[in-house]
Amino acid sequence: MATNIWALYSEKVMEHFRNPRNVGEMESPDGIGYVGNAVCGDIMELYIRVEDGVITDAKFKTFGCGAAIATSSMVTEMVKGKTVDEASEISNRAVAEALDGLPPIKMHCSVLAEEALKSAIDDYLNNSKRGAPGNE
Amino acid sequence: MKRIYLDYAATTPTHPGVIVAMLPYFGDAFGNPSSIHSFGQEAKGAIEEARGKVAALVGARSDEIVFTSGGTEADNFAIKGVAYANEHRGNHIITSSVEHHAVIEPLKFLERRGFEVTYLLVDEHGSVDPQDVRKAITDKTILVSVMYANNEVGTIEPIAEIGEIARERGICFHTDAVQTVGHIPLNVNELGVDLLSMSAHKLYGPKGVGALYVRKGTKLVSLMQGGEQERRRRASTENVPAIVGFGKAVEIVQGGMREEAERVALLRDRLIEGLLERIDRIRLNGHPTKRLPNNVNVSIEFVEGESMLLNLDLEGIAASTGSACSSSSLEPSHVLLALGLSHEQAHGSLRFSLGRETTEGEIARVLEVLPRIVAKLRSMSPLLKSRA
Repeated sequence: MATNIWALYSEKVMEHFRNPRNVGEMESPDGIGYVGNAVCGDIMELYIRVEDGVITDAKFKTFGCGAAIATSSMVTEMVKGKTVDEASEISNRAVAEALDGLPPIKMHCSVLAEEALKSAIDDYLNNSKRGAPGNE
Repeated sequence: MKRIYLDYAATTPTHPGVIVAMLPYFGDAFGNPSSIHSFGQEAKGAIEEARGKVAALVGARSDEIVFTSGGTEADNFAIKGVAYANEHRGNHIITSSVEHHAVIEPLKFLERRGFEVTYLLVDEHGSVDPQDVRKAITDKTILVSVMYANNEVGTIEPIAEIGEIARERGICFHTDAVQTVGHIPLNVNELGVDLLSMSAHKLYGPKGVGALYVRKGTKLVSLMQGGEQERRRRASTENVPAIVGFGKAVEIVQGGMREEAERVALLRDRLIEGLLERIDRIRLNGHPTKRLPNNVNVSIEFVEGESMLLNLDLEGIAASTGSACSSSSLEPSHVLLALGLSHEQAHGSLRFSLGRETTEGEIARVLEVLPRIVAKLRSMSPLLKSRA
């Protein structure tokens, strides 16, 4: 009965909130995304590992509400196995839909998840540009 | 799983005796109190009996009690009522920066219509300094409104001292006592207040009914026109069952109020001490001693309030938070910010408010469950890197 008390969130959101996937830091990630601030109350940090242009692993750490934790968890699941190009196409709506929707006032959490991912991908692209000569 | 309710400041369960007392007024005793036949007079009698009980609870006379639809209406009535009754005398109002929205929003409404409002700062415990009230008074001041006890952090304000200053200067003084009435004994004359707001559902009565104490002689414009009810101060057919329930609830809480306050304060202190002992990087919000016997408010670093609430709820424990994430405005609690907390600390706040049914076992359960929840959330908090 406890899961239905929060009419606010879908069962899928609650499931990801209770058992978030891919929590934690990553050792020497290929890209790190960091978004949010303490004023709005949500901070997300997202790490990706990229091999041959494919995201092979993703992890996150999040300070925020139930929706922020669930969207972080979901976006890390969604990117795994995608190419960097495919991953950069993931929209906040896609994350929200994968969670069977979010309440309107919580949609900004999905925006944050999208931004965290974009920021991690940007970081990866910058790193690979900088590291390209010599390392290849 | 037996659920644990620790959100009595939001609302209290209606006492079974209150429900029994109300039932006849949904049935045979359905009369309109304004009717002169026996049906009407029966209902009228019931209202006046309830009025007497409410008046006695706060040390007022029966004719100084106006029933309203709740605490919010009582606050709106007091503030707008005094402002518009005195606008020829002045347009300045003094209040604190930690008031309930039911006080702040009517004041904002008045500000948009030419009134001027001074919002007094509070110290780190949320206390108003009575000397600040004295200094803020001008020859245009027509009203001072300071809450009795804060609904979020439980701090009890120096109402009697402020009342003395207001009386000295002949200025009308209102207090929102919604969290206090029925929880700690109070007397309107000792406090020196002219207006005092209360709400039934905070003291085991029904929702949808409250009252404003109006000291005899206080000039007040009524917000509702269209009938002679409540001595023409509030038109509208009285909510008879709810008013009867309010009266019954008052009767129930009045017996043994002091003892119950002492009992709950012990549980409160046990919860505060236990939390401070078991969780690191935690702080108590509100005054350490001058606080409501049933209020516990803490900020826990590196974790966010709504995610703590959700986890507590999954364990069957109901509490509350001042985090922006739980509000539709996405603004953190103005009260916690006024106490000088950072946004992060405000987002990491939790309020437990205790009541008549709170037991030692329930407090022990919170102390067992919450540290685990905090540890889990901290393990996923990006604010806690070096410690991970």
